[in-house]
Amino acid sequence: MTSEIILQAIVTGLMMGLIYALIAAGLSLIFGLMEIVNFAHGEHLMLSMFSSFWLWSLFGLDPLFSIPITIILLAFCGILTHYFLIRYILKAKMLIQICATFGLSIFIRSIAQLLWTPDFRNVDKPLLEGRIEIGSVFIGQPQFYASLVCLLAFIGLYLFVTKTETGLALQATAQDRHAAEVLGIPSNKMFAIGWAIGLGCVGVAGGMMANYFFIFTDVGINFALFAFVAVALGGFGSIIGCLYAGIIIGLVESLGGLLIDPSFKLLYVFVIYLLVVIYKPQGLFGRY
Amino acid sequence: MESKLITAKSEPLWNTNNKVISIVCALIVLLFALPLFGLNSFYLHLFIMIFMHAVMAQSWNVIAGFSGQISLGHGAFFGIGAYATSFFYMQYGITPWISIFFGMFISAIFAVLIGIPMLRLSGHYFAIATLLIGISFQVVFQRWDLVGAASGLWVTMTPEDSWIALQFHSSKIPYYYVFLIFFLITFFAVWLLSRSKLGYRLRAVRDDPQAALSLCINVSNYKIIAYVISAMIMAPMGSLFAQYILIIDPDRVFNIEISIIVLLITVLGGIGNVWGPIIGASILIPISEYSRIYLGGTGGAIDLIFYGLILMIICIFKPNGLISFIPKDILERKKQR
Repeated sequence: MTSEIILQAIVTGLMMGLIYALIAAGLSLIFGLMEIVNFAHGEHLMLSMFSSFWLWSLFGLDPLFSIPITIILLAFCGILTHYFLIRYILKAKMLIQICATFGLSIFIRSIAQLLWTPDFRNVDKPLLEGRIEIGSVFIGQPQFYASLVCLLAFIGLYLFVTKTETGLALQATAQDRHAAEVLGIPSNKMFAIGWAIGLGCVGVAGGMMANYFFIFTDVGINFALFAFVAVALGGFGSIIGCLYAGIIIGLVESLGGLLIDPSFKLLYVFVIYLLVVIYKPQGLFGRY
Repeated sequence: MESKLITAKSEPLWNTNNKVISIVCALIVLLFALPLFGLNSFYLHLFIMIFMHAVMAQSWNVIAGFSGQISLGHGAFFGIGAYATSFFYMQYGITPWISIFFGMFISAIFAVLIGIPMLRLSGHYFAIATLLIGISFQVVFQRWDLVGAASGLWVTMTPEDSWIALQFHSSKIPYYYVFLIFFLITFFAVWLLSRSKLGYRLRAVRDDPQAALSLCINVSNYKIIAYVISAMIMAPMGSLFAQYILIIDPDRVFNIEISIIVLLITVLGGIGNVWGPIIGASILIPISEYSRIYLGGTGGAIDLIFYGLILMIICIFKPNGLISFIPKDILERKKQR
């Protein structure tokens, strides 16, 4: 156990953490806006990876270039989700909201299994390949660029929400949708925008991960779990909290895997989750 | 102080419509007589599955419907029950009739351990934590060599049918009666629970935790009690299921599908209502078993598509479940004022 291996694990965890952060940011944005946890988030991630895969396999488009298409597809998917499901359950009990998005997740996953079978797929020879060597640390190129793009997207999202007019309108709706409506901000439209952006984030993450990750119908479950944990860690509705929480989870996963036993990664993250929600129930940066 | 306030609200225990009581009694007699008509083993299996899933859904109903906490990993207790009987029978030769209670006890302990930290938190946190718990159990059991790791436990077969080992190879009729009796006991118990002070307190906790708190109801304690009761209902079903199929592995008994289907049955039938899980199970399980016969073979994907779709449709159009089609005064005698 040398320091190089630990350094390697830290770098790997950091890169993974940035991806978790972006996925969680989408979830957190949606939650902050309408207090609905999208339990189908992992399935949306799976859809974005498959979109990348099919664009590559049918049209020969490299995942790197198909990202804009994937983002648009996922944003559209978000608007559809809002239009056909979420808008009916806005006023329902929390229990019904959880069941509805959980139902959506089962539905998407099993449709995908029916259409595409549960086989493992991967993109052959993407543009981003190979690895960079810095000192004694090896960094896979696709992983590196994926985390870089996710970080940039995260910064973009943050600036969008805090600086632009639409972003401020989103925040106003999140704080009090009725007061926002009085000021002429249509909350229904804001919700649709929120879903489009939230799933757009997932589109970025999924599109970049399609470069190096196996693509299969159950791929989303683990990412979604970590995203739920990241959102709870960062505080429901806090976007900047997701960044820290994502990185924490990435590091815990990779260091725990290195120092203890890699097959129980989920448990270490779970322990962190328990500790945080017990001692700081509103999360690290939570409003609630 | 506390009990006085609550007693004022609760109804007499036997305040159910006489017609309903007679219909229920007739149905019970019919269910006991059913195997005598010479049902073939497919129909017996169907009824066994309906009983089992109705009880499992009832277990979820206690925690989610009565006390309002959504557990997305309830399969964990099912798996604990299944592993408890099989493990104690194979290692120490303890009869399942006793180790069913071990399973219940272990489940209850886990429910307390999970419940104490988690149930202080509000809904989403608990839902996410239980999702993690469900998967953690599967991960741990897949790698735990003592209980056979990923290949699971293959229960030692007795050469002949045996009530002591709870194994019947020649016919499904004994299993039918065992499941039926557990089903009736559970429903009677939950029915009593729903009309007891405890049931009213749980619903108070669900509907308005702060109002409940102001009535001196210790909210988190009652949530934990509900979780423990729920776990103790779930575990025996796991035990009986293990005795029924005699081969258990983590992918089967800790599968997330178990957590999904209990949720689905309850929401379909009517959440927070004692009759809901029966209605949900008797509609959903035949659909699932038939679709497995006629459409299956490629895996369970097609019935899962229906599950997801039904769940969303129910949530949008009938959030109170199919039971809301039945007028309430049929099930309960109108209050005389």
